[in-house]
Amino acid sequence: MSLPPGLRRTPMAWAAAVMLASLVVLALVGPLVWGASADRPDASAVLQGPSVGHPFGTDNLGRDVLARVLTATRPSLLLALAAVLLGAGAGILLGASTAVLGRRARRLTAGLINLLLAFPALLVAMFLAVVFGAGAAGAMLALAAAGVPGFARLTQTLAAGVAGTDHLAAARVLGLGRLRLLGRHVLPNIAEPLLLSTTTAAGTSLVALSGLSFLGLGVQPPGYDWGQLLNQGLDRVYAEPLPALAPGLAILYAALAFQLLGEVLAGNAARRGPAPRTPAPTPAPWGSPRPKAGGGPAEEGLVLQVEDLHVELPTPDGPIRPVHGVSLALRPGEIVGLVGESGSGKSLTALAIADLLPYGARVSRRTLRLLGADLAALAPKERDRHLATGLAMIFQNPASALNPALRVATQLTEAVRAHRGASRAQATAEAAEALRRVALPPAVLRSRPHQLSGGQRQRVMIASGLMVRPGLIIADEPTTALDVTVQREITRLLSEIRRDTSAAILFISHDVALVGEFCESILVMYAGTIVETLPADRLADGARHPYTRALVASVPDLTADRDRPLPTIDGAPPDPLTPAPGCPFEPRCPRRRGHCADHTPPLEDLAADHRVACWYPVPVAADPETVAAS
Amino acid sequence: MTVLRVTDLTVHHPGPLGQVTAVDGVSLEVPSGTTLGLVGESGSGKSSLARAIVGLVPVHTGRIMLDGREIRARTIRDRRRLGRLVQVVLQDPDTALDPRMTVRQTLGEAATVFHRLDRPARDKRVTELLELVGLDPRLAGRLPRQLSGGQRQRVALARALAVEPGLLIADEVTSALDVSVQAAVLNTIRELQRRLGLSMLFIGHNLPAVCHVSDAVAVMRHGRIVETAPTDALLRAPQHPYTRTLLAAVPSLRTPPPAPAPEEQPP
Ligand code: SF4
Repeated sequence: MSLPPGLRRTPMAWAAAVMLASLVVLALVGPLVWGASADRPDASAVLQGPSVGHPFGTDNLGRDVLARVLTATRPSLLLALAAVLLGAGAGILLGASTAVLGRRARRLTAGLINLLLAFPALLVAMFLAVVFGAGAAGAMLALAAAGVPGFARLTQTLAAGVAGTDHLAAARVLGLGRLRLLGRHVLPNIAEPLLLSTTTAAGTSLVALSGLSFLGLGVQPPGYDWGQLLNQGLDRVYAEPLPALAPGLAILYAALAFQLLGEVLAGNAARRGPAPRTPAPTPAPWGSPRPKAGGGPAEEGLVLQVEDLHVELPTPDGPIRPVHGVSLALRPGEIVGLVGESGSGKSLTALAIADLLPYGARVSRRTLRLLGADLAALAPKERDRHLATGLAMIFQNPASALNPALRVATQLTEAVRAHRGASRAQATAEAAEALRRVALPPAVLRSRPHQLSGGQRQRVMIASGLMVRPGLIIADEPTTALDVTVQREITRLLSEIRRDTSAAILFISHDVALVGEFCESILVMYAGTIVETLPADRLADGARHPYTRALVASVPDLTADRDRPLPTIDGAPPDPLTPAPGCPFEPRCPRRRGHCADHTPPLEDLAADHRVACWYPVPVAADPETVAAS
Repeated sequence: MTVLRVTDLTVHHPGPLGQVTAVDGVSLEVPSGTTLGLVGESGSGKSSLARAIVGLVPVHTGRIMLDGREIRARTIRDRRRLGRLVQVVLQDPDTALDPRMTVRQTLGEAATVFHRLDRPARDKRVTELLELVGLDPRLAGRLPRQLSGGQRQRVALARALAVEPGLLIADEVTSALDVSVQAAVLNTIRELQRRLGLSMLFIGHNLPAVCHVSDAVAVMRHGRIVETAPTDALLRAPQHPYTRTLLAAVPSLRTPPPAPAPEEQPP
């Protein structure tokens, strides 16, 4: 026997499979093999205890209990499955319909589900079983009905997730009918969790059905299922425990089988969810993650000095190296823009500097100095402290970077009180001052993040960064989630801060135009490396790397000729899972030559403030083809 | 092909503190075969306007006319009639496509809403549609997660075009894309306008991107349209102070940033 593909071969998966298979086999062959002996009364062997002929004894008509338990597998399982399938089917239809119905009908259905949920399921089942009349069909229907609200609610919640997506909106606009929406677009996307809970519910329903039979509300003699057998055995459990134990064990076994199957399915679904953060299995080929103190020589007067930074991340398909060999340096009061498209490694570079990489990531670097201190040489505690007081990070999404439950005052004063031991009054005074710096009134101290607008929240984030009087501010896409007018205010604010405090700012963005306008010098990243560094005023016309050129050209500009198509870059960035030798831009580069494919160009000086990693840089306008041949 | 005329449209949203007026008495017109750009910042009501036109949110007051006929989206039959005329492409490339359907299935479904097509005809149509939006027809067998953001957005575009609508509404279709990818998608949209003679309402917050594909631009703020003008005129001589603020806030590599000026504070 083998497990279906896609299921992980864990011991639990095997156990569930074996148990289920045994149940299926029993249900199929049980009545054929043992049916006759289970129904054959034997007046000479009434109410016997265990013996060789009857391992679990006999009942009041002298029938073999073991044979009866084995034969009862089929009706017990069939009834439980029928109940759960009916209940789940009706519940799922009811719940899923809320995603495609009109507003009025949707509200009515939701109300109905809420109302039904208010009744405890088992009581409803018993009540209905009495109403429908004692018997197998009645009990099964009662149980099915009792399961409907639970499934309906679950489905409703899951379907609401799908209902909000753009593809469902698009399908509606296409004019697809409700049934098609439901069957094609809603249900398939929530099938997995539903299947999972149906499986678990099958176990529960088996126990519940046995319970009903046990109470005399389910299967009626002469028919029998496990619950009924349990009931008969229980009359004399003190004299003979085994005849009661046998059906009890059967119920337990079957319920466990379903439960295990549910667990296995759930585990499987979870594994296909977001990639787990696991430590990289093998040591990185480029040295230990925490190199010994020392590194490159310290340069005087640098706020940040990074040399040869590498990051390795584990992914389900193997480790990738999204940052390799990045070096950068910032002086006090300098604003440097780090620009690149998604996947270029720009954000990971920032996170690596701030020691904020996700768990499992591995970092190596020759040098990493913040305000002159070698971070590798510091003990972990000191390093954290040095980072917390020397560096401020501002993220793209202030809504998630601020704690929604805390007042602004608490969040602003936390760091200084922890790191500088400032008193509460002093810290609050400093917080008010920091807010004034970002042009917010002190009243904001008493508000919570959700009471502020996006722009205000970003200001609070910046104020919170300023509280520690950092030497370096790393702003990772700080304005991407904001409107252009607010963006302008934030960049202006950052310029003022750097002028007044001489903090250095590393400004990370995908927006070439913004970076070019706001920063002094630019680092362009592509596929994990810096491909060009240049002064911002040269970005528009003086870039030498073919990628930088293409990137700048592809930005729509208000002054551009709108009748011409925008220049684009063919192809896509390299797949980080399959790194190729040579220049990373080679497959897309219009200037590539044979040499580029297998020799990686180093980042080399073209001028004092202009470096480029390209064998054949684009010539500047005044300087025709000669440069290209060098 | 199709003329859209919106008169005095008001759309309400249920908010935590009761009804919020998302669109407040908006009138606009998209003449046949032209593109109207609609720019505005977050919360300006531009997306509610788009959703109201395609019947995804109810209209409170006002009229939406397509080719002189008032549109309704109450019943499935209304909606089907509407779907033939107007299609929409929405913002988020991550949820734009059904994650369980291949590109072929997605496009095949859209292509057969109004036409019966047998298998070979359907496959041919899928190939046509993919080529129309500049995608390799070999991508037809892929699932959305095997596509890049730009490719997904193109497939969403192809799905909208599959029913050959007269009017296409594009709501922030390039805002989640990288610049170089955005450029390619914008080019595709321009190309489609020319080839198909589509009327189009192109909604976005990125002024340069919107202007690049639009014949005229409407500027929206707080649920109202503050200025509508042909693109060149709007860029050369913006009339409304908010339009000027918006233009001044756009970062540009080619023009120096404006000096700090007293700005309007958001309320
Ligand atoms: S090294 Fe060659 S392939 Fe790479 S960017 Fe330069 S010219 Fe293009």
